[in-house]
Formats: sequence, C-alpha cells, structure tokens
Amino acid sequence: MIALLLRDLKLAFRAGGGFGLGLAFFLIVTVLVPFSVGPQSSLLSIIAPGVLWLGALLACLLSLDRLLALDWEDGSLDLLATAPLPLEAVVAVKSLAHWLTTGLPLVLVAPLLGVMLNLPETGFTWLVVSLLIGTPALSVIGTFGAAITVGLKRGGLLLSLLVLPLYVPTLIFGAEVARRGATGTELETPLLLLAGITTATIALLPFASAAVLKINLR
Amino acid sequence: MTLTVTDLAIARGGLALLERLNFVLEPGKALILRGPNGIGKTTLLRTLAGLQAPLAGQIQGAEDRIAYAAHADGLKPTLTVAENLSFWMSVFGTHSIQPALDRYDLNELADRQAGNLSAGQKRRAGLARLLVTGRPIWMLDEPTVSLDRNAVTMFAEAVEDHLKYGGSALIATHIDLGLEAKVLDISSNKVKPRPIEDFDGAFL
Amino acid sequence: MTITAKANSLWEYANPRKFLATSERLLPFFWLASTTCLVVGLVWGFFFTPDDYKQGSTVKIIYLHVPSALMAINCWLMMLAASLIWLVRRHHVSALAARAAAPVGIVFTLVALVTGAIWGQPMWGSWWAWDPRLTSFLILFLFYLGYVALWEAIEDPDTAADLTSVLCLVGSVFAILSRYAVNFWNQGLHQGASVMRVAAVTGSDTEEKVSNIYFFPLMLCIVGFVLLFIALVLYRTCTEIRARRIKALLARERANA
Repeated sequence: MIALLLRDLKLAFRAGGGFGLGLAFFLIVTVLVPFSVGPQSSLLSIIAPGVLWLGALLACLLSLDRLLALDWEDGSLDLLATAPLPLEAVVAVKSLAHWLTTGLPLVLVAPLLGVMLNLPETGFTWLVVSLLIGTPALSVIGTFGAAITVGLKRGGLLLSLLVLPLYVPTLIFGAEVARRGATGTELETPLLLLAGITTATIALLPFASAAVLKINLR
Repeated sequence: MTLTVTDLAIARGGLALLERLNFVLEPGKALILRGPNGIGKTTLLRTLAGLQAPLAGQIQGAEDRIAYAAHADGLKPTLTVAENLSFWMSVFGTHSIQPALDRYDLNELADRQAGNLSAGQKRRAGLARLLVTGRPIWMLDEPTVSLDRNAVTMFAEAVEDHLKYGGSALIATHIDLGLEAKVLDISSNKVKPRPIEDFDGAFL
Repeated sequence: MTITAKANSLWEYANPRKFLATSERLLPFFWLASTTCLVVGLVWGFFFTPDDYKQGSTVKIIYLHVPSALMAINCWLMMLAASLIWLVRRHHVSALAARAAAPVGIVFTLVALVTGAIWGQPMWGSWWAWDPRLTSFLILFLFYLGYVALWEAIEDPDTAADLTSVLCLVGSVFAILSRYAVNFWNQGLHQGASVMRVAAVTGSDTEEKVSNIYFFPLMLCIVGFVLLFIALVLYRTCTEIRARRIKALLARERANA
C-alpha cells in the first residue's frame, strides 16, 4: 500500500503528472472573480470565503478524470485487482494520493489568495481549518465518481455531472464554517457536521468505489 | 498447486460465450489455449484470473496464485523500468527484480523511462513483471505480440524455467513457442444459442 | 440457486414475459382511473372551490404542485427499491423499471419546480428564492440528471444496471444529507408540509392547514398522480423490456454470424 502511495506521488510530481494544474486553476479562478464582480474591497471581503471554497472544489474536480483512468488505460488496474491488495485499500490509497497532490496544496495556497480577496483577518484560520477538514471528503467522493466513469471514453463531463451534486453537503458546511469564521460568529455546529461528513465518507465510500470498480473491470 | 476447472461457463457483456469447460493445469505443465478470434480466450483468462465472475462452474486452486498478463503492460511511461518493476515487487511482496532484469536482458534499459522504450522493449518489461510477482500460475494473453525472434526465444526460455521450478502456465498464442505443451482447443465449447421462443433466454 | 416459485409469489412478475402480459392487462385500468381522478380533481379544484382569503386564486396551483412534488420524491424511492432488488436478486425487470421511472421522475420534479416558481412569484415577490425546499428539489433534479446520463453512457446493459444502482444508493444518502444541509443553510420561506396533518384534524382552524374544501379535490389529484405514475412506469418498463430483447437478439445474431 505504501508502495502504491509512493508510486502515485512520484507519478504526480514527474513531468506530465499534472501536479500544479489544480493550483494554477485555483489561482486563475480566484483572480478572475474581482474582474467579474468589481474591485470594491468591502464586497470582495464578504464573498471571499465562498469564492475560495468554490474555487478549491472546482480545482479538485479538475484532476479527477485522471485519478483512475490512466491506470485503467495502461492495464495497471487489472494487475492491481489480481494483486494481493484488497481493492478497497487500492481505492483509499488513490484518494489519499489525490488529496496529498491536489487538496493539501490548495489548502496551503488558500490564505495567499484570501489576502488578494481581502478576507477579514479573523477568517484566515477558519478558512484553512475548514478546507483542511473538507477537502479529504472531496477527494474520496471524487474517487467514487472516477470509479463509476472509469471505463467510459469521454467520461469527463459525466464525471462532473455525477460528482457535483454529491459535493453539495460538503460545500455547504465547509463554506459556512469559513463564512462564520470571517464574520466571527459561532461555528461549532457546521464545523462538527463538516467533520462528520468527512469521517463518514472516508469510512464508507471506498467500499462503494471498490464495488463499482469491480463491476467496471469485469 | 493444481488448477482445476470444472464445468465452467463464461460470458462477456451479458452474452454467454463458452460452456462445459473442463481441464486441469498441473505444476510443471503448460497449456496452449487455441480457438478462433472472438470465441472468448481473453474472457476465459480474465475469468480464471478472478477479474470477472463465471456464469457457472468451479475454478479450484486459483486464489492468489495467478499472475495475469494481457495486451496492456501496466507500465507507467514516466517511471523507469526498474521503478516500474520495483513497484510490482513491493505490491506482491517479493524481494528482488534482478532475476527478472537478467532473464529479459533489461539491465541496460533499467534506468530508462518506460515511455522511451520501443514496443518490443516495453513488452519485455511487461513480461519481466511476471517473474517479479512470484506467483506460480501464469495466465498469458498473446504474450509474444511485438516481440522479435530473439525475444520470443527469451520468453520461451523463461516459461521453461518457470515450469522447471514447479510453476505452470496457460498461454493464449498463435505462434509456435517450441514448448512441450498440450493444446487446449476451446472451439467446441462455444455456447449454442437458446431457442428464440425462450423469452428469458433472450435476455442473456 | 433455485427460486421455489409459489403459485402467487410476487417474484413471478420478475419474469419478463409474465410482467409484459400482466401489465398489458392492467394498463387500460390505470390509464382510465388516473384520467378520471385527475379530470375530476382538477376541475373540482380549479372551478368549484372558493379563493383563499389571503392567497387569492393562486392557491389553486396546489393541485399540481403538491402531487407532483410528492411523486418526484416517491419516484426516487421506487428507483431505490428497484435498484436494491436488482443488486440482491438480479431480476432484469427490476433494473429496467428503475431506468424507466427516472425520466418520469425528472418531469415530476420539473413540474414541482415550475409550479413552485409560479406560486412563489405573487407570494414571495420573486420567481425563485433559495428556499430550502425549492433548493432540495433542484438538487434532486441534478441527481436525476446524473442517473439518466449514466444509463445513457454505458453500453453493456448489465454493467449499466449495476453502476446506476450503486449510484442510486449512494445518491440517496447524499440527497438526504443535502436536504439537512440545505435546511441548516437557509431557514426558508416555504410553508411546512400541511396536507397530511389535516387528515387527522377535522375542520380547519389555523390558517397554516389546508381546509376541507381544498382537501378532497387535492386528495383526488394526489391519487390521480400516483395512478398516472404507475401507468407511465409500467408502460415505459414494457418498452424497455422490448428494447432490451431486441438488443439481445441482435447481439445473438452478430455472435452467430
């Protein structure tokens, strides 16, 4: 399992691995927001938490279609399925690798972009905390979507259509935490709910993803 | 370590392909799988490897013993040959890739990225993976595609060695490998269509 | 695996031939009954009930809005049940019924959304409000779209049935989660579900409840929508079964060629 994680990380960092694509996308989307809504800093500071959460979510979505599809095309998935590793573990490790190469960098960059969007000072901690707790759920749910669409020729668009509705609860609670953090109101409830969703998806969804993958492999 | 197949029936895409398959693959023996295109050789190998469920029948002695190699080699183009093989070594819990490199004459290519190899060289790296898995039963689907004559000999020697140490192999191939092996012809196992009047049957 | 079929076991209808024969016998009844209920209920509701003292005549859209919203959810529940039956018992008819129901569910959801918007315009002063109920239906609509798109995208029918069934299962969990998330996110303008409470209460006392005058035609409309749903799903399932059979026969012809 560690070998699989290390391989996926290595693949992501090598040329053509797509590391940084998500980050660049996140940066561009955030920079485009003031162009579309206007430069007033009072307005920007209100919408900053929501924009950053949405940007991070879309950046996560961007790299999902290569999460399993590449292993599918070159036959690695067949070989992994016959290897002495449970497919559930394979799927979970893949999600972890996706989070480490996509989600975590987004979390680290978000405060910088928060400065550009005039995020109130109180909001930075909670923005990072909410993203840190929420983005693993995005990776795990995304892996499920990738597992469903892995055998399809042009699955990218369908993948977004399937995954985005599943992202709704995470987005609602995550952005709520970030927003309440920015305005300095009570945020314990959404924070707990966000953590609950993340824990539950990490615990349960890999089983669904593995089941779906088995169906696609036969 | 004997692989026993009894009364196996298999399907592809919901369509029954082969039925009444019975054979035994003993340690130290190889079987050459023959049959016309589209009859279901690949499906049979995938079923035996556990990638899909059989329609009916039993497969005994396959659990965690099979190394499967198909048309795709499972090589990552941005990793070197050695890195690719080492990955499979860790996944299968074996200890060395050196014998595999030696056997397929890959030592000089070990530090080249797999994406820069020729088709035949990739194929050799893909076959070397079989040795790395340490599994006794090989399921090979057209293993000699894009190999030159020299490499085919290399492969035949690898299979012979594998058999000598008690391994076994089921090989779907159309060329003569010069192996001492029985032929398993599955042409006669093709499923006869059920009568159209059988409504439920027309669902399968 | 042997299924010991009792004379009147429900699972008998999992046989496509039996299902086709039975539904063809039942369909005329369902068409007739649903049309009668809907015509009587809608005419009664639209023309023979008084205007609400607060909401005026706009309240009468309730006869379309409430039944379609109800059926939009029940349709998803039916798909969930059918998916579970497919995953556990592998009856093809079950998977095809789930597939057949989805577009019907989409239409009901759309009707609920559109009538909700038309009702909301004079009531709340805008066509759309991010009210939790409306928003939940919008999310349900997205789930339906994904489900149908997945069926369309996969060629192998058994794989498609398996994948859509798992999606339906996982989707149901996330749909419920979304419902609570949306509730938390915005408390909303929508009045509570007031139809069912009234069944227990005779006479109308508080303005939140739907009074008896509106209740009976509304009940008729709901029954009509349920019957209409059953008729549509049976009809579409029969079509799916035939399409599937044609596909299987064509595949067999190719295999024998």
